[in-house]
Amino acid sequence: MKTVVLSCFLILVSCFLAEARTIVVCSDCKVKQLTAALDIAADYDTILLKKGTYLSVNTEIKKQVVIIGEGYPVIDGQEKDEVLVVLSDNVVISGLWIKNSKRGSMKDYAGIRVNEAKNVKIINCKLENTFFGIYLSKSQNCLIANNHSKGANYGKSDTGNGIHLWKCDSVKIENNQMEGHRDGMYFEFAHFCLIEKNLCERNYRYGLHFMFSDDDVYRNNTFQNNGTGVAVMYTKNVEMYDNTFQNNWGDAAYGLLLKDISNSIIERNTFTNNTVGVTMEGSNMITFSKNNFTSNGYALKVMANCIRDTFMYNNFTANTFDAATNGELRENSFMYNYWDKYEGYDLNRDKIGDVPFRPVSLYSMIIEQMPYAVMLLRSFTVEILNRAEKSIPGIVPETFQDYAPMMKPNTL
Amino acid sequence: MIRTEQLEKSFGKLHVLKGLDVEFNSGQVVSIIGHNGSGKTTLIKCILGMVVADKGKIFFNGKSISGDFRYREQIGYMPQIGHYPENMKIGQIFKMMKDLRKNVDNLDESLMEEYKLSELFEKPMHALSGGTTQKVSASLAFLFNPKVLILDEPTAGLDPLAAEILKAKIIEAKSRGKLVIITSHIMSEVEEMADTVMYLYEGKVNFYNSVAELKKQTGEEKVGKAIAKIMKQSAHV
Amino acid sequence: MFKIAKYVVYDILRSKVLIAYSLFLLLVSFSLFSMEENSSKSLISLMSVVMIIVPLVSIIFSTTYFYNAYQFIELLVAQPISRSSILLGEFIGVSLSLLTALFAGVGIPILIYSPDATGLVLMISGFALTLSFISLAFFSSVAMRDKAKGIGMSLMLWFYFSVIYDGLVLGILFSFNEYPLEKAVIALASFNPIDLGRIIILMKMDISALMGLTGAVYKQFFGSNFGIIYSLIIMLFWIILPLLFALHIFKKKNL
Repeated sequence: MKTVVLSCFLILVSCFLAEARTIVVCSDCKVKQLTAALDIAADYDTILLKKGTYLSVNTEIKKQVVIIGEGYPVIDGQEKDEVLVVLSDNVVISGLWIKNSKRGSMKDYAGIRVNEAKNVKIINCKLENTFFGIYLSKSQNCLIANNHSKGANYGKSDTGNGIHLWKCDSVKIENNQMEGHRDGMYFEFAHFCLIEKNLCERNYRYGLHFMFSDDDVYRNNTFQNNGTGVAVMYTKNVEMYDNTFQNNWGDAAYGLLLKDISNSIIERNTFTNNTVGVTMEGSNMITFSKNNFTSNGYALKVMANCIRDTFMYNNFTANTFDAATNGELRENSFMYNYWDKYEGYDLNRDKIGDVPFRPVSLYSMIIEQMPYAVMLLRSFTVEILNRAEKSIPGIVPETFQDYAPMMKPNTL
Repeated sequence: MIRTEQLEKSFGKLHVLKGLDVEFNSGQVVSIIGHNGSGKTTLIKCILGMVVADKGKIFFNGKSISGDFRYREQIGYMPQIGHYPENMKIGQIFKMMKDLRKNVDNLDESLMEEYKLSELFEKPMHALSGGTTQKVSASLAFLFNPKVLILDEPTAGLDPLAAEILKAKIIEAKSRGKLVIITSHIMSEVEEMADTVMYLYEGKVNFYNSVAELKKQTGEEKVGKAIAKIMKQSAHV
Repeated sequence: MFKIAKYVVYDILRSKVLIAYSLFLLLVSFSLFSMEENSSKSLISLMSVVMIIVPLVSIIFSTTYFYNAYQFIELLVAQPISRSSILLGEFIGVSLSLLTALFAGVGIPILIYSPDATGLVLMISGFALTLSFISLAFFSSVAMRDKAKGIGMSLMLWFYFSVIYDGLVLGILFSFNEYPLEKAVIALASFNPIDLGRIIILMKMDISALMGLTGAVYKQFFGSNFGIIYSLIIMLFWIILPLLFALHIFKKKNL
């Protein structure tokens, strides 16, 4: 019995001793390069990089090490290849300033690539002038937090994505800031991920772009000033709470594009100052509730191929057009939304308007049919026509209406 | 001084002036008479350029008036009923008229003084009686000391005293060699002031001669009767 | 000419209509600007008001004024003053008065709340519309001897440019929807000063993004320097042409 206890103790101590090894790297130290440190390191070792600049062209991390930067040491890829490639589980990378990956169309060069690994953490890093920022493929249970990536070729098309996930699951992405990339975040086949408190702005194409990424949750993220906004496709079971989509303004821009999305919840989000707040194509069984649509060109564009979607308790204020569509909607329901353009009355004082509201104006239908009529935007005549149509509906789709519009904005 | 040549004017279907050839010279006081609608006022307005003739020409001092406005510096006009901007005061009207003219020396303010208009300078035009308005019109006509005076029913609406003052002024103007053209219905006045009578009948000059000649032709002592005779004659032609 | 304008301004300033107009605009502008935090939204609402009210007030006020000033004009015609001076003097006087009212009612609030390019364009459009509708008012006043007919014609002109014309445009676009209409649409906008003014302002507001692909066509044209100069020249035409017609008639008019 005693020997068992003792041997257990010894094993524990040896483990502890092994873990405690720290390799310090700096220009005056015995170990002067990150690559040299990795060569001598064993699993569970910590590599502490002091402030300075370290060359790192396609440095592969094959051991379960913790790499910590002190004062943001620069890891420079000199635009020759990728900068860091993680190939082992349980790696932690923290506090590094990753710079200058190669860019090109042959390969998705990244600042930090994680390949077929589990439990990897990338935290507190800065990335600058990297083609892709952080690229995870076939990895699980990872954490990407508090990183800030500024894309190469700021503002131009020749740039990759900020955080890129391919065939991953259970990844947590939080508190990151992505700017100047093609897409701020891009997920393909990423499941059961939690994405929260990230800021994606001024990306060339989308702030967030995903497809075939079921069962992910998005919370408290902000997507603003991106080239075309946020586009998500071919996915089910998406949940989006408390996100902000704003200032996506341009000929083909929108806050959020849903294409073939189903069984999803979109709640308490804010859509402000977008050319189109939300545009939906072939998206079914989505619940929109308690969202705020303010100052958009169009708040909603719902194509006729969207079925069984629900819009409840949303607020629509100061939008040029509240809604547009291209035909009759089937089985969609609008209830208890607040529309600032609603002019009905509430005789029984239950705070719900007594007559339904039709958010699609005649003029928005006209524009869909004949785009040149846009020259009459805000014309007095158009105003008169809209009102005439409201009192005697004829052209506007009958199914597109809120049967119980609220008299006052919903508190969200 | 003023000559018209084949002057024609229609208002719609109404043919008012039918080829008028007349001449007025300085030193004359011409009284234009005729029925209502005989074209008196139209002729005056043509001369003043307020109405543009359809055909024919008007010469002022040998120069055609069409396209010209300078000649009106030499004309003082008193309309039958003066219309003035209603919320201006009398004083402002006088000030404005002086302001709008280019040469304002050699002003003749005697009528203005005799009518004591300066005491009413603060009165707005819309508050004036017809008579006072006529006084303003008359004073304005003489104000710039013009060579030609065109007076449309000058004494109508004036009280006898004011009318006398105006008549004296007209006679004085004649004595100073000015041309005075008057339209009037009051024959006694014609007799008092005019030396020449022009009788317009249906847009044409029926009679245009001196008062003396008129009396001689008709054998009447009074101008009034003489004219009545002519009128009857023309009506029976 | 300028002396006449001076007396016209003097006369108009004493009437309370113009002050009421100015105060009304001021009230609308201030309430719109204080209701919205976002000044560009207020500008859009203000634009809608300006596009309806300014032409209406300009044309009706000028027509009424012209008939009321008939006596003054009669008085002037017998004076050694050319008829063009009289009419242009009247035009300048009325214009100065209405522009001042517009500046006080809309210009000052814009300078306070939104002193940017969009505000400036809204002001310029407002000024241009004022001038062109005064010009149209003079045309109908001179063309019609009867006051009621003149005001009726002015109202018709306003109604035509504000409502009927755009309805016709919709009809035309509907009939020829299959054809490429870029140039036709620019031409259509040019034949209505209100449409032209509105489009220039909307372009500055970058609302063109709303307009999709066709919006890009407008933006390309009206947003370019050439487009701006083109618009200004067309606006100028809308001011000068009706006035020239008015002048032509007035020179031969019997008073």
